[in-house]
Amino acid sequence: MADSVGRQVDSINHATEEDEKKQEIIRAKGEGKELTKEEKQRLRKEKKQHKKNKKDDRGPPEKEKEKASVPAPSKPATQSPAHKAAPVPVNASASESPVAAEKPAKSKAELRADRRARQDSERASKPGKKEVGQQSTSSKPKATPSELQPVKRLPEHVQVDDPAALKKLAKKLERQQVPLRSDYGYKVSLFSHLHQYSRKNPPTQQISIPVTAIHPSIVRLGLQYSQGIIAGSNARSVALLHAFKQVIQDYSTPPNEELSRDLVNKLSPYISFLSQCRPLSASMGNAIKYIKKEISNIPNQCKEEEAKRRLQECIDSYINEKIILASQAISKYAIEKISDGDVILVYGCSSLVNHILCEAFEKQRKFRVIVVDSRPRLEGREALRRLVKKGIRCTYVLISALSYILPEVSKVFLGAHALLANGYVMSRVGTSQIALVAKAYNVPVLVCCETYKFCERVQTDSFVSNELDDPDDLIVTRNGKTHLENWQTVKSLGLLNLVYDVTPPDFVDLVITDLGMIPCTSVPVVLRVKNVDQ
Amino acid sequence: MELQAVLMAAGGGSRMMDLTYNTPKPLLPVGNRPLIWYPLNLLEKVGFEEVIVITTKEVQKALSTDQRLKTDVKMRLDVVCIQEEADMGTADALRHIQQKIKTDILVVSCDLITDVALHEVVDLFRAHSATLSMLMSKVHEFTETVPGQKGKKKAGEQRDFVGVDVTGKRLLFMANEADLDEGLVLRKSIMRKHPRMLIKTGLLDAHLYCLKRSVVDFLVHNKSVTSIRGELVPYLVRKQFSKTLNSQNATEDSERNQKQQDAHHNLELLSTSKDEALLQLARERSCWNDHRGDMSEAYHGGKLRCYVHIMEEGMCYRVNTLAAYIEANRVVPKLFEDPPIHPAAVVSERSLVGSDSIIGQLCHISDRTSIKRSNVGTSTIIKEKVKITNSIIMNGVTIEEGCNIQGSVICNNAVIGRGADIKYCLVGSGQRVEPEAERTNEVIVGSDQLMEI
Repeated sequence: MADSVGRQVDSINHATEEDEKKQEIIRAKGEGKELTKEEKQRLRKEKKQHKKNKKDDRGPPEKEKEKASVPAPSKPATQSPAHKAAPVPVNASASESPVAAEKPAKSKAELRADRRARQDSERASKPGKKEVGQQSTSSKPKATPSELQPVKRLPEHVQVDDPAALKKLAKKLERQQVPLRSDYGYKVSLFSHLHQYSRKNPPTQQISIPVTAIHPSIVRLGLQYSQGIIAGSNARSVALLHAFKQVIQDYSTPPNEELSRDLVNKLSPYISFLSQCRPLSASMGNAIKYIKKEISNIPNQCKEEEAKRRLQECIDSYINEKIILASQAISKYAIEKISDGDVILVYGCSSLVNHILCEAFEKQRKFRVIVVDSRPRLEGREALRRLVKKGIRCTYVLISALSYILPEVSKVFLGAHALLANGYVMSRVGTSQIALVAKAYNVPVLVCCETYKFCERVQTDSFVSNELDDPDDLIVTRNGKTHLENWQTVKSLGLLNLVYDVTPPDFVDLVITDLGMIPCTSVPVVLRVKNVDQ
Repeated sequence: MELQAVLMAAGGGSRMMDLTYNTPKPLLPVGNRPLIWYPLNLLEKVGFEEVIVITTKEVQKALSTDQRLKTDVKMRLDVVCIQEEADMGTADALRHIQQKIKTDILVVSCDLITDVALHEVVDLFRAHSATLSMLMSKVHEFTETVPGQKGKKKAGEQRDFVGVDVTGKRLLFMANEADLDEGLVLRKSIMRKHPRMLIKTGLLDAHLYCLKRSVVDFLVHNKSVTSIRGELVPYLVRKQFSKTLNSQNATEDSERNQKQQDAHHNLELLSTSKDEALLQLARERSCWNDHRGDMSEAYHGGKLRCYVHIMEEGMCYRVNTLAAYIEANRVVPKLFEDPPIHPAAVVSERSLVGSDSIIGQLCHISDRTSIKRSNVGTSTIIKEKVKITNSIIMNGVTIEEGCNIQGSVICNNAVIGRGADIKYCLVGSGQRVEPEAERTNEVIVGSDQLMEI
C-alpha cells in the first residue's frame, strides 16, 4: 500500500521510500528492535501484504483509516532520522484522499504486484526468516510494554477530513451525551484535517440549560475557553484543575462502584466536552494524565471523604509545584541572564515571561523591553499593560517591524505552549519568525518553559497538528468599511487563523526550565527522566 | 444542579384591567392557549425539568385542571400560592420561597412570549460569572387598532434608558424616564472605566433574569426591596461601580457596623467562594481583558457584573397591555403547527373560515358565517350569518345570528345579541350586548367595573 502511494506521489525520492518502510515498523506493531534493518523490512512487507489481502475484503474505508494510521506522529525512540518522517505524512495524507477514491480499482493490480514482491522476499529471506519468526512470536504478545512501544493512533482532532473518523467521534460523543460542534466556513485545503469552529455557534447551543450530563463548572470552563476569556497555557491548566476540584467536591460514588474507577469514567465526557470547546493544550493533557493517575492510585479501602480530600491536596500540590514554584525557579535562572542595559524582546503575552520581567525589575535590574505583537489576537497589548503598570520601559511594535527593531535588541525571551520531544518549540504563531530573524541577527533566543509542558509528541512542521481559530476574527472594520464581511460568498477565498507554530531547535539557544538551563535537544532526556520518576 | 427556574405568575395585569378583572392574567388565552403556557413551553424546550411557579390559588387550580396545561407541560411544577391581597412584589415573592432556592435562579415572568435562544442569556451568566444576566429586545410598533383607544397613543412616555458598553453585552446603566427628574445623570466612575457607552431607548425588558444565589440571600437581608425590575436590577447595575465593592476584606467588619442602619449587606461578602485563590491565579495568568486603553485588569477588578443580551431579531412580547395582547394573538398562532381548526370543533361546511384564523375545540360554527384573521376560543357558539374579522373571541362566547364583529376583543362568556354590529370594541367578561346594537370603539364592561378608579 505504501508502495503504491510511493509510486503515485511524484516527488518521492528513494530516501522517502525508505522512510515509509520505516513507518511500517509502527504498523507491524513494533516488532523486535533486535532484528537487522533488512530483515525487519522484509518481514514487515510480508505481514503487510498478508494484512492487506485480508483487509481488501473489508473495503476502502477501513483501508483509508489504516492508511491514516500510517503517517502517525511517530515515536521518538525508534527513529533517529525522525524529522524526516514528518514531511512524509503531509505528502501521504495529501495523496491519501485522491488515492482512496481510486483504491478499489487498483486493488487487483496491486494485489498481484504485492504477491509477486512477497514471493520474492520470501525466497530471499528464507534462512533469516526462521530466526525472525521465532523472535517475532516472542515479541508478538506484547508482553513487555516497557520495551515495546504501543501503536499510537492518530488523534481524531487531526483527522477531520476523514469521514470514518468523524463518524467514530460523533458516536463517541453521543454515547457521552456531549454535543458535537460543527465546523464552520471554508477551510484552507492544507489545514482541512483540523477543526475550525465559530464563536457564534457556542458549544452550549445543544445542551439543556440546567446542564445534567456535564458538571456546571466544566460547562463554564468550556465557555470561557471558547470565548477566549481564559487563554494561555498556564491559565488554562490552572482553570482546568480548579474545575476538576469542584467536580471532585460534588462527586459522590454510586453504589457498587469504586471511586478510583468511576471517577475516571466520569471525567471522560467532561474532557470530550472541553476538547469540543477548544482543543486541549499539551499542559492540560499532562495535567489530566496526572489526575487520572492519582485517581486510579487511590486504594479501595479509602473512604470517600478521605479520597476526595487527598485528591484535592494532590491538585493543589501539582499546581503549586509545577506552576507556581516552577515559575519562581525559572525567574531565578532567567534573572541571571538579564544584565543591566539589556534590551529584551518579547512576543505576545506569555504569563511566564511577564513574571520573569516583573521579578527582574523588582530586583533592580536595568533593562527595557520591546513588545512585539501580531494580529488578530493582539495579545501584546495585554503584556504591554502589565509591564508598563509595573514601571518597565516598553516599546511596542507589530511583527512586521521586527527586522527594523532587531538591531537594537540584545536578547529575545519567548514563552512556549509546549516543548516537543524532538526539541521543537510549539508556541503562538509568529514565534518561529521571531526566532528566525533573531538568529539572522545573531541575537540570543531564550525560551522559558515549565517542565509540565513537555510533551512526547514529535512534530517538525506546523501543518500536521495545529489549531484553527475562528476565521471571522480576521475581519476588521476600518473607516466604517468591512471588506471581508462576505468572505464566504467568494469561492476562491479562504481565511486562515492559525494559533500555533513550531520553532526548530537550531534557532533556540537556551531553554530555561525549572530543572535548570538546558539546550533544546535535551528535552527527550528530561522526558525520560520524568517518566522514570513517575 | 445549575439553575432553578422560577415563574412569576401572580401579577394582576394592572395595565389591562378590562381583560383581567375576571380572568387572572396567566390564564388569558393567547392563540387559544393560556398565557402561562408560553413561558412554560420555553423552559421545557430548553431542558428544564422542574419549575417553581409562584401564583394565586385560582391559577393553581387551573394548572391542575386545564387540559392544555396538564398534558402539554411535562415538567414538574412546584406551585407556591400567595395571597392576592398581599400585594407582593416580585422580590418579595423570591424572599418568600428562599428556602427552596439552592442554586442560581432564572426568573421568568408569566407574560413573556418569546422564541429567544435562552443559551445566549445563560452563557453570559456562566462565562463571565455574572451576578445578573437579563434579556432585552427591540420594541415592535403595534400596528393593530386597539379597541377603546381614543386618539393616538402617547409615545415616549416611560422610556427605559439602557447603557451598554462597546461590546453591547455589559450593562452599565439603567434608568426609567419616570425616575429621572431633570436629566440623565452619569457617574464619573462609570465614565472613567467605560469611556464609550451606548445608550439605547427603544428596548423592551423581557423580565427574564438570571440571578446568582447570593442575590437571593441579599434580598432576605434587605426587606426593603420589593420589585426585581423596579428596584433590584437598577440597584445591582449601580452597585457594579460603587466604591465600596473594591474595598478589602479587612474592612468588612467596620463597614458592616457603619451600614447597620441601612441593613444593606455587602453583596461582595455573599458572593465570595472558596477556591477563589485558584480562580484569581487563572485570571492573572490569562492574557485576556474585557476592555483596553487603561491600566486595569479584566473587569476593572470588580466582582459584581451585570450583563444583558439584546435580541435583534426574533419574537419577544410581553403581554401586559391590551395592544400587546392583540399583537401577540396575531403573531403567535403562526409559530406553532397546530391545526388551525381544532379537530373537536364543529364547523359547518357552508361557513368560511380563513386560513389565518384559529378555532378552538368544542366550538360550534354554523352556516354562512365568515371568520377572517381571528382567534376563536373554546366552547364558543357562533350562529348563522355572522361576520367576524380581525377579532379575538375568548372562551364560552355566544354570538347570535347576523352579527358583524370587526377588530374587537370579546372576553369569556360574553353574549352578543343578534344583529349587533361591533367595531373595535372590547366586550368584557360575561357581558351581554343587546341585539341590533351598534358600538364602535367602546369598552363595554360591567357597571361595577366602571366604578373602579
